Amino acid sequence: MLESLLSNVPISFHVFMLFATVTVAGAAGVAFARNIVYSAFALLAAFAGVVGLFAFMSADFLAVVQLMVYVGGILVLILFAVMLTNRITDTQRSNPSMHVPMGLAMLTLVTTTLIAAVAGHDWPTKPTPPYAPTTALIGDALLGPYLLPFEVAGILLLAALLAAVVVARKEIKDEDDA
Amino acid sequence: MTVGLTHFLVLAAIIFSLGFYTVITRTNAVGVLMGVELILNAANLNFVAFARYGAVQNVTVGQVFPIFGIMIAAAEAAVGLAIVLAIFQNWGSIDTQRTTSLRQ
Repeated sequence: MLESLLSNVPISFHVFMLFATVTVAGAAGVAFARNIVYSAFALLAAFAGVVGLFAFMSADFLAVVQLMVYVGGILVLILFAVMLTNRITDTQRSNPSMHVPMGLAMLTLVTTTLIAAVAGHDWPTKPTPPYAPTTALIGDALLGPYLLPFEVAGILLLAALLAAVVVARKEIKDEDDA
Repeated sequence: MTVGLTHFLVLAAIIFSLGFYTVITRTNAVGVLMGVELILNAANLNFVAFARYGAVQNVTVGQVFPIFGIMIAAAEAAVGLAIVLAIFQNWGSIDTQRTTSLRQ
């Protein structure tokens, strides 16, 4: 059976299915887990699966950026927020969902609509290019045609940094002022 | 069966749908933000899939746009979680069904 599995489909298909399964399992964990901390770690699995998928598609720079920014930055931030806003003394289930039947109906509706639209269409394709490093191409693009969005994104990140600091700090109320 | 464009598009559709379900059903505000991150990841997967398997195989566009998407997702996650923290400091809870003081 192993020979038939390995001879009918190329090994790349199995690699893709591995990364895809990890990603979808992580996304399902985010959607359906009862504990918010389980959701956060399932999100880690989803991001790691996407890293593998990017590397599978020869997007090597993007895969490492995804790993560093999403897993190393955003996920850590989400875990901080989960730990800072979770009352550990709560004995109830810490992540209830509302309107679950309606949500499941919407889930099936959106999934079937998207898959029908995507898989039913005959997409024009070209032969797959060989694996090639993309860092130099992306660097030339970011400092060439896409310089303005690059700089504006830097300003956006500065603004987001200042906004996050200002919004999340505790206001120290002076007792002297009326 | 080699992996083609359709496989990635269906996968991204599934991830998008699960993120969408997370956004509409989670009562925890941080859970909602996790769903938004899943949706953005699905969009980035679509971009890179079209850059590799599509008709116009333009790596400089198909992989630069997800980089900007990741940057904007990071900024949005930072500000969103700061707002969630501020809500928690003021209300003591981030349950979206309890922080309803603007609702009539």
